[in-house]
Amino acid sequence: MILSVFHETRYSYDAPMRGAVQSLRLFPSRFDGQQVIEWEVSVDNGVRGGRFRDGAGDQVEGWSVRGPLSEVVVRVSGRVATEDLAGVLRGHREQILPAAYLRPTLPTHPDPGLRELANGEAAGGADALDRAHRLAEAVAEAIAYRPGVTHAHTTAAEALALGEGVCQDHAHALIACARLLDMPARYVSGYLLATEDGTPHEAAHAWAEIHVQGLGWVGFDAANGCCPDARYLRLGSGADARDAAPIRGVALGPGSERLDVTVAVEQAQQ
Amino acid sequence: MDGTFFNEMYHDGAVRTPYARLEDWMRAMPAELRQMKQAEAEALFRRIGITFAVYGEGGDPDRLIPFDMFPRVFSQAEWRKLEHGIKQRARALNAFLMDVYGRGEILRAGRVPAHLVLGNEAYERAVAGIFPARGVYSHIVGVDLVRTGPDEFFVLEDNCRTPSGVSYMLENREIMMRMFPTLFRENRIEPVDGYPDLLRRTLASVAPQKCDREPTIAILTPGHFNSAYYEHSFLADLMGVELVEGPDLFVEGGFVWMRTTEGPKKVDVIYRRVDDAFLDPLCFRPDSMLGVPGLMDVYRSGGVTIASAPGAGVADDKAIYTYVPDMIRFYLGEEPLLQNVPTWQCARPEDLKYVLAHLPELVVKEVHGSGGYGMLVGPRASAEQIEHFRARLLRHPDNYIAQPTLSLSTTPTFVEEGIAPRHVDLRPYALVGERVELVPGGLTRVALTEGSLVVNSSQGGGVKDTWVLAE
Repeated sequence: MILSVFHETRYSYDAPMRGAVQSLRLFPSRFDGQQVIEWEVSVDNGVRGGRFRDGAGDQVEGWSVRGPLSEVVVRVSGRVATEDLAGVLRGHREQILPAAYLRPTLPTHPDPGLRELANGEAAGGADALDRAHRLAEAVAEAIAYRPGVTHAHTTAAEALALGEGVCQDHAHALIACARLLDMPARYVSGYLLATEDGTPHEAAHAWAEIHVQGLGWVGFDAANGCCPDARYLRLGSGADARDAAPIRGVALGPGSERLDVTVAVEQAQQ
Repeated sequence: MDGTFFNEMYHDGAVRTPYARLEDWMRAMPAELRQMKQAEAEALFRRIGITFAVYGEGGDPDRLIPFDMFPRVFSQAEWRKLEHGIKQRARALNAFLMDVYGRGEILRAGRVPAHLVLGNEAYERAVAGIFPARGVYSHIVGVDLVRTGPDEFFVLEDNCRTPSGVSYMLENREIMMRMFPTLFRENRIEPVDGYPDLLRRTLASVAPQKCDREPTIAILTPGHFNSAYYEHSFLADLMGVELVEGPDLFVEGGFVWMRTTEGPKKVDVIYRRVDDAFLDPLCFRPDSMLGVPGLMDVYRSGGVTIASAPGAGVADDKAIYTYVPDMIRFYLGEEPLLQNVPTWQCARPEDLKYVLAHLPELVVKEVHGSGGYGMLVGPRASAEQIEHFRARLLRHPDNYIAQPTLSLSTTPTFVEEGIAPRHVDLRPYALVGERVELVPGGLTRVALTEGSLVVNSSQGGGVKDTWVLAE
């Protein structure tokens, strides 16, 4: 499948800013399931900085914008040929050992609720892969998809207590549970093609990856009850949502910020 | 005099050779002269403004750390041994850092438990896969040593991040030379004043490959509110490099720039005295105002060298310390020249059991702590303190290690009543760049309270000039 992506992120300020610096992880991951046909990332009036591949295999690029400025616009567009590998991140080059993803972070910190969820039915799975699948199902059952009830800083424990949330909350809860069962887990950010049956979801998407002995990293999208397939486009990973954020930036100055995001993911004609 | 401790000056009823000339000096000094000199030394320290607490121990930042005029002396032969042992350690610690942020061979081989490294707070995933200039992560390694006999030295801990206190080493010497010039004529003492130049050359040798001219070096300080600000400005001054704060720097085009009156100037090497967490809000703590936004992207793409590298702290963690002798064998194929203090890891059930049964004999330390606060010195603790610590240990055994109470050596020290033995330790500073080098000496800390084994400045510790005699 060929996915075409258009993604624009606009930060607007109500007072002139002295400058802005950004760290972008907006490049498709290189693995057997993704072939980049064309891909472009730019920042309006920006100066491109260093580019490198980090230990997790993600391509990162630094940008800066000189002030005075009233907005920062990050534009992403491109086309990627994708293949369904049943969630397995085959052929992905990275250096960080999986055990580095066992340490809890603030949003994935376990509480009694998450412990109960992790040690429920899922813990009895036949093998690691089975346990991971059961965990993803358990999380999907425990947290119903409902936009607007959680926010960027909601923790996995809070979302579970609430019983509702969005993909970020599903991913955080799944990661927290997997780590409780001693399975390395991480947060993945990317895009998802809109489904034809009109199931609501976010085009800028996030899911979890769990490390399964023998298979390597395997993606699990608890929010949609499946493993990533050809509709998914993977950008990068981290220990949690903040760590895996595709855009990290600061603008220096007194103004307050407004964020507008437009994302369109479509299936391109061959 | 307590016979159970090794006295570095008097041993087996005789004066040990390195201290031979100090005997006369000591005897010839009348009490009035001593008091006058002590007051003079204090006035000099006050005037130069060196009043910070060493090693980030907290306490009153404007309090002078007591300076003891009685020097601590090593023979050339003693120093050579220490020097080789410290260099070996500094090399192994850097090899370890390159490895755990690279292929992780020592973890795969099972020689160091992977969870101790990868699950460590100080392990930074952000620097994994980075190859810093010359493969050096920790450019300044402070090795804390104690002595228990003529030939018995033990490493108490390693400091791979940004060990402080070197300004004391330099100032103690400066002041001793001013006050007792004849001592320096009578004894052939190796100089330490080459340290700033050696540090500058070490840092220049680790400039990034992209740097094609004489590297520009800057010291990054959190600012004048920091307790070690004096040392930051002192070193910048002596090295002839810029002292900068976060807002003085910015990133653009893959490089770090310093704002100057003549416009932006590219910075190639940053000797940072800012903790990892505050270095770059885009990578670490987003609320930090002390660092430089985007710095880590420049570092990771090879545009600047950060000394010491973020993540270097994983090598000096107290839980990792136990494995340093294994690192030396694993990476260098050598036997360790300096010994570790035997250590019980309270995270291991069998070790914890032993520790709980022997608390009155042991020193118990926090794994991530520093500075003598979260510490139990069994033989000096009350029954109540021991029980209090037992409860803490039982609650969080993972947080603690225990070691035997070491019989720290003593050196003669000026005290109220005259001269008396007091316990000392030693921190030399290894500089790691193209080569591993040390100036002959270090910082000697002395526990000024009679019988105390705690040399921390926050707990009544002082400092001494440390001599290495030329052959």
